[in-house]
Amino acid sequence: MTAMRVVIVDDEQPARNRLRELLEDCRSELPHALAGEAANGVQGLQVVAAAEADVVLVDMHMPEMSGIEFARHLQVLERPPAVIFVTAHDQYAVEAFEVNALDYLTKPVRAARLLTALKKAANGARLSRGVLERIDPAPRRHFSVAERGRVTLLPVSEVVYLRAELKYVTLRARDREHLVEESLTQIEQEFGGVFVRIHRNCLVARRLIRGFEHGVETEGEVGWSVMLEGLDERLPVSRRQWPQVKALGGGK
Amino acid sequence: MQSIRQNHLPDALPDFKNLGVISRILLSVNALALLFALARSRELGDFAAKVTEIAGSIEPVLLVVVVVLYAASGALERLVYEQGLVAVLAIVLAATAALFPFQSLIGGSGELRDLAWSLGCAALTTAALAWYFHLRNRAFSPAISEARLQALQARIRPHFLFNSLNAVLSLIRKDPKRAEGALEDLAELFRTVMADNRQLIALRDEISLCRQYLNLEQLRLGERLRVEWRLDPAAEEGLVPPMVLQPLVENAVYHGIEPGAEPGLIEVRIERRKDRLWLQLTNPYHPDYQHRQGNHMALANIRERLQLHFDVEASLNTRIADGRYEIGIAMPYRTSL
Repeated sequence: MTAMRVVIVDDEQPARNRLRELLEDCRSELPHALAGEAANGVQGLQVVAAAEADVVLVDMHMPEMSGIEFARHLQVLERPPAVIFVTAHDQYAVEAFEVNALDYLTKPVRAARLLTALKKAANGARLSRGVLERIDPAPRRHFSVAERGRVTLLPVSEVVYLRAELKYVTLRARDREHLVEESLTQIEQEFGGVFVRIHRNCLVARRLIRGFEHGVETEGEVGWSVMLEGLDERLPVSRRQWPQVKALGGGK
Repeated sequence: MQSIRQNHLPDALPDFKNLGVISRILLSVNALALLFALARSRELGDFAAKVTEIAGSIEPVLLVVVVVLYAASGALERLVYEQGLVAVLAIVLAATAALFPFQSLIGGSGELRDLAWSLGCAALTTAALAWYFHLRNRAFSPAISEARLQALQARIRPHFLFNSLNAVLSLIRKDPKRAEGALEDLAELFRTVMADNRQLIALRDEISLCRQYLNLEQLRLGERLRVEWRLDPAAEEGLVPPMVLQPLVENAVYHGIEPGAEPGLIEVRIERRKDRLWLQLTNPYHPDYQHRQGNHMALANIRERLQLHFDVEASLNTRIADGRYEIGIAMPYRTSL
């Protein structure tokens, strides 16, 4: 067995230093290598992929991207690393970790606790689906797709529409299309009013709606379609969704 | 001599220089007058006429009394409570009598019977107000307001304690000297937080407390935390409720600096303008992070403590302008209790 590869993600330099020292202390008991460090989630995703990390120690509260969102993006990787959350004091998160039997460390971290958590991770404890969303249902700031073993982040604000097609959902960003493994219903719930359901199989970005057009024929029916900013294509509105969509008006 | 500690504040006249007291007097006398007018009128048109009539006779007296009480408040304070009450009653009756001749100018009869009636009303109103202030005094008796103050004593977030301890731990092996300094700051900070925080303290001490707190945060946040103080030396002697500024600085770090990846600036401005003290604090505003808990508790806490110490003469306002969150506090400038 090769040594476990560990990555640290924390926005505070002293906290990273401390974890490094503690890892050093654990090394004789459990061989491992420090494979990288990052000061935020976006950097962290790159470091984890480049280092092919087995375990990530991640702080819950970081600017730009929370520890939970970071962990959610990791899950698109083919072989996501084990995640150990670190938090200073967050009653709510700690309770959620307990309920979901997730491993976490509290700051100041103790070497003995760190060792236990690392051993558990080495035994292949992995996150079950949906756990992270339950711990923090706050909307993400990015969608993520795996591309050539890396995580590509797509800011939510750049998404034009999402359309379900057979097994996948096509995510149309400003410049290109991506495939994501998520369900429209979940996305609709997570982001609240950001996306509007215009059809059983389609969500569009609400703030990009510029108007509606009548007389487009789809699936043998003549009905309404929606015009989106920066998109030549017209997207059909189903008869069922039309009343709700119409009520939103033509954008701002 | 009192053998047991009294739970109630000894009865005392209200502070006639306090804006809150003055407005309470003005409001309640006018409310009484309105009620009286309502009772004396049979229909709506009649009511308006009655109000005018009563206001005509009451307002001049009321204003004179308030001004005289304001001027005489120093002398009144030195009297025993009962003597003080008599003195106030005398002032009210004298003002009523002195202004009585002018009532004939606005339609009063000027008869002796009316004078007796006016004096009676004035005496009754004074008694009612004295009773009201007596009750209010009791409601704010030390036992009760101290209990409230104690419950309101500001607390430091556990978040801060654990993060700071973690930062200190990270220093112990490589930079023990700095770790020592940080622990000293931490100890002093908690000594203040856990102290009996019911008495007003000098603003200078509150500022140095904030500096100790910020030193510790600097350790952890490094260059992400920038602080600019603009202090008016003429304000530093002023007395403020303890922990009036520290929780706000802590909030500024928690909501303004921690969520930002880029360095952020906290600006604290303190000024004295004549007999008013102004504190202003601004920090970067992150609309996306408003779900972080605990902002309004600290504000409500400080607002209530300001009110217990200064009544309506202190205020706390917040606003968001130019991407920055801004808190302004105004309170009387005092150097003695």
